[in-house]
Amino acid sequence: MPEILMSEPVMPNIKVKDHGHLPSAESPLLEVENLSLYYGHSQALKNISVKLSEKVITAFIGPSGCGKSTLLRCFNRMNDLIDSVRITGKIKIGGQDIYEKSVDVIELRKRVGMVFQRSNPFPKSIYENVAYGLKLHGKNDRAELDEIVERSLRNAALWDEVKDRLHTSALGLSGGQQQRLCIARAIAIRPEIILMDEPASALDPIATAKIEELVLELRKEFTIIIVTHNMQQAARISDYTAFFYLGELIEFDATGKVFTNPAKKQTEDYVTGRFG
Amino acid sequence: MDTQTPLLQFQEQKPELHFRTTKFNFGSFFFTGLTGLATLFILAILAIILGNIIINGAPALSWRFITAGTEQDMFDVEKAGVFPMIVGTAARVFLMTIFVIPVGVITAIYLTEYAHVSSPLTRIIRGAVHNLAGVPSIVFGLFGLGFFISFVGGNLDRLFHPELAEPIWGKPAIVWASLTLAVMTLPVVIVATEESLKAIPLGLREASLALGATKLETIWKIVLPQALPGIMTGGILAISRAAGEVAPILFTGAAYYMAHLPKSLNDQFMDLGYHVFVLSTQSPNVDQTRPILYATVLVLLILTFALNIVAILIRAKMRAKMRLLH
Amino acid sequence: MPHRDIGKRSAGWMGLSRGHKARPLEWIAEKAIFAVSLSTILMVFLIFVFIAKEAWPLLAGKMNSAASQEVIAPEDMDKLSAEELRVYLEMTKAEFAAKDRETLQLLMELKAEAGAEAPDDKDAEINTTELRYLVKPYQWSDYDKPEYIWQPVSAIHKYNIIPLVIGSLKTTLVALLFAVPLALGAAIYVSQLAPPKLKEYVKPVIELLAGIPSVVLGFFALIVMATFLQSVTGSHSRLNALVAGIALGIAVIPVVFSIAEDALTSVPRSYIQAALALGASKWQAAWQVVLPAAIPGVFAAVALGFGRAIGETMIVLMASGNASIMSWDLLDSTRTITATIAAEMAEAVFGGHHYRILFMLGMLLFAVTFISNLLGDIVIHRLKGRLEGKS
Repeated sequence: MPEILMSEPVMPNIKVKDHGHLPSAESPLLEVENLSLYYGHSQALKNISVKLSEKVITAFIGPSGCGKSTLLRCFNRMNDLIDSVRITGKIKIGGQDIYEKSVDVIELRKRVGMVFQRSNPFPKSIYENVAYGLKLHGKNDRAELDEIVERSLRNAALWDEVKDRLHTSALGLSGGQQQRLCIARAIAIRPEIILMDEPASALDPIATAKIEELVLELRKEFTIIIVTHNMQQAARISDYTAFFYLGELIEFDATGKVFTNPAKKQTEDYVTGRFG
Repeated sequence: MDTQTPLLQFQEQKPELHFRTTKFNFGSFFFTGLTGLATLFILAILAIILGNIIINGAPALSWRFITAGTEQDMFDVEKAGVFPMIVGTAARVFLMTIFVIPVGVITAIYLTEYAHVSSPLTRIIRGAVHNLAGVPSIVFGLFGLGFFISFVGGNLDRLFHPELAEPIWGKPAIVWASLTLAVMTLPVVIVATEESLKAIPLGLREASLALGATKLETIWKIVLPQALPGIMTGGILAISRAAGEVAPILFTGAAYYMAHLPKSLNDQFMDLGYHVFVLSTQSPNVDQTRPILYATVLVLLILTFALNIVAILIRAKMRAKMRLLH
Repeated sequence: MPHRDIGKRSAGWMGLSRGHKARPLEWIAEKAIFAVSLSTILMVFLIFVFIAKEAWPLLAGKMNSAASQEVIAPEDMDKLSAEELRVYLEMTKAEFAAKDRETLQLLMELKAEAGAEAPDDKDAEINTTELRYLVKPYQWSDYDKPEYIWQPVSAIHKYNIIPLVIGSLKTTLVALLFAVPLALGAAIYVSQLAPPKLKEYVKPVIELLAGIPSVVLGFFALIVMATFLQSVTGSHSRLNALVAGIALGIAVIPVVFSIAEDALTSVPRSYIQAALALGASKWQAAWQVVLPAAIPGVFAAVALGFGRAIGETMIVLMASGNASIMSWDLLDSTRTITATIAAEMAEAVFGGHHYRILFMLGMLLFAVTFISNLLGDIVIHRLKGRLEGKS
């Protein structure tokens, strides 16, 4: 790389979202205190502390392998599925430590929904996909199910495309539609927080734009944490941005500040495209 | 860029080109020919066995032969049939699936969904599955005799019928033969089920768990429906393996001759495979009974091969479906 | 240092270690799944225990097969204690408890009769279940030299197992000599040299061989192969170790083929490509690169094929001629361990010495196949690990 670019960091021409008033972090919904996570003997997250507010979109950015997805998966304890994972520190949601012994993981996951990197609809009908979580949690009244399924699909901006084929296999949908179906499935059980793990990384630009639009829409009702490797995406949709590097939280602030006036050199290098 | 492409192609083709331009390569001809001949020889053995059985068996095979019993004389070419043997084999195999499928499927679920991959216990279980698959079939027969008949059956008799001189359960019976075969085919079911469980993408399980499903709900509602074809394949392969086995049932339930069909779990039964053995070795006149021997073998072969082919088809269909999911 | 906190909070295996208070039914179901999964271990254990249990009195030296035994007059039954009577009648405690007085009396009379009929012979006093009579040659009264003899139903029960061991080894050896070159050749051809299209068809067809029930192979050997082979070799006995061995070989071919083919296919493509890039031909790559890399797999295939062959019953029962002759001649009739168990169990007295010897043979078989299978599995496991590590 030419010397001149190295010495003179040029801020990329990224349009940062303007949300006007941001909720204060006085009463955070989600608090992480001194969290460390180990896979066997290697440490994947190093002493992370952060506070996230209600009904905002927080983006986790950073180069691959920086631990952003791992941290996301701590919030609904999906890391429990991996044998060798050990965790120290605390994660509190609404003041409750979710790693406490008395916490029921199942209850936690009802309150913290998740959308995965690769769309993963069940090999069932579109209707059954959305109704799956509801039935699990004891809703069996047909009329009520119909209503919630429709509302969830409308919220996920999918209703008009699938209303005539609700009972056909979800595997017949396009990639973007499948991902919106997964979002509909997640919001059907009304979680408080929705975790999104690079939800648009496998999609084409048009489908990505739809997902982003949808995420912005969902902000009205849900607290959203989104992991992305696409900095433009983070800047476009998030209120707050956390930058991770090598398992450490380097910087966390309002998105506008992180992208236009970062406090740390590493953040600046990353958002200007110096590495990653 | 333009100059690179042909260069690459040239490099890829080089061995091929070299191979073609050399003169007749004796080593290559010899080696390929020898291994090809070995393959051909094996195929020929299979063709000869099947051809011989079909050519000699088909003329003697008739509707009467399949539906007739052995009321008169089991060595009578004109009158004997294999209906009781078909019923006996079908019954013991059916009973076996009732025992083996639940145990096999649950073990496979534990191994794929719950077990820690490298824990010593998991390794021991896998070792046991491997070991069980390698135990000779006659040893299963001894086990059936020593454990099911003499230990389980004998104790049942002592507990419930201490007054009777004749054993009710402590003797060869269809239930003991089926249980013995169930132990023998356990690895077949476990391996096939495990294969189909492993083919289900992790993403589906994660999606279900992230919606607040418990592990058991996820297995029951998402994983098992997907694994069903694999479980069926395992079951059919186990049936096809067990249907042709004779050694394990020699002393656990097969009867040389019975006037009636098995009526209860503690009855003995006539069996197709065992009948092949009887006709081959105990016939008063081998040349005379040859047609019914061949016909019986053909019936047994059709049964086991049909099952094998159904299993292969289901498996192929399942693999095609799994490709859609990934 | 964060490391001092390691292990303080380990993420548990959800469902198993957490939340069982919230969902007791689920917790119980998961414990049940775990319990059922142990059944395979239990079965292997039970197989070993119950075969050993039936053979145990023999191994412990508690059986006496001497044809003439000290006879106690049936009238003197009451002079014996219950325990003495039980030992005299050679019964287990459970069996003894189940018999009433009249049955015992009857058994004593039978025993007295048998004692009276016992041959007047020096051999009649020998307990032939002692180890030396099982494995060492002995000069019986009508023989002019010490010999290995298996004759369980003669007046003197001769239980020398060596002829059976040799019978098993002989047929197994023939089977492997027949099957291994063919199966290995086919495996090399199918995995390395055959056009991919051909491979797709040939592989399942060869594996179809495994679907032929062994009783059908036994039948085929008995009815068709024996006649053919006799016309070729001109052997004295129609059924012999060669016929049984070749039929056994047909059963072993698919075992050796699929394991060897698997091992050969798992050799990384990069090895072959490297060889081809250096100007080797396809067969040179197969012979000089692929085969050496997969040689442990080939060894494992042979070990597992051995286990399959030595444990096979119906084929040898039908095609070997079943004469327990002490001979290495392949054209002699022969008798294997498996065929002996299959043929004689029906006529052996339940709980008698013959019965127990047959179970002891079963133990021997179990042990031999256990070891050969274990060996094969370990080798395959190592090979796979090595190839995957390298590739």
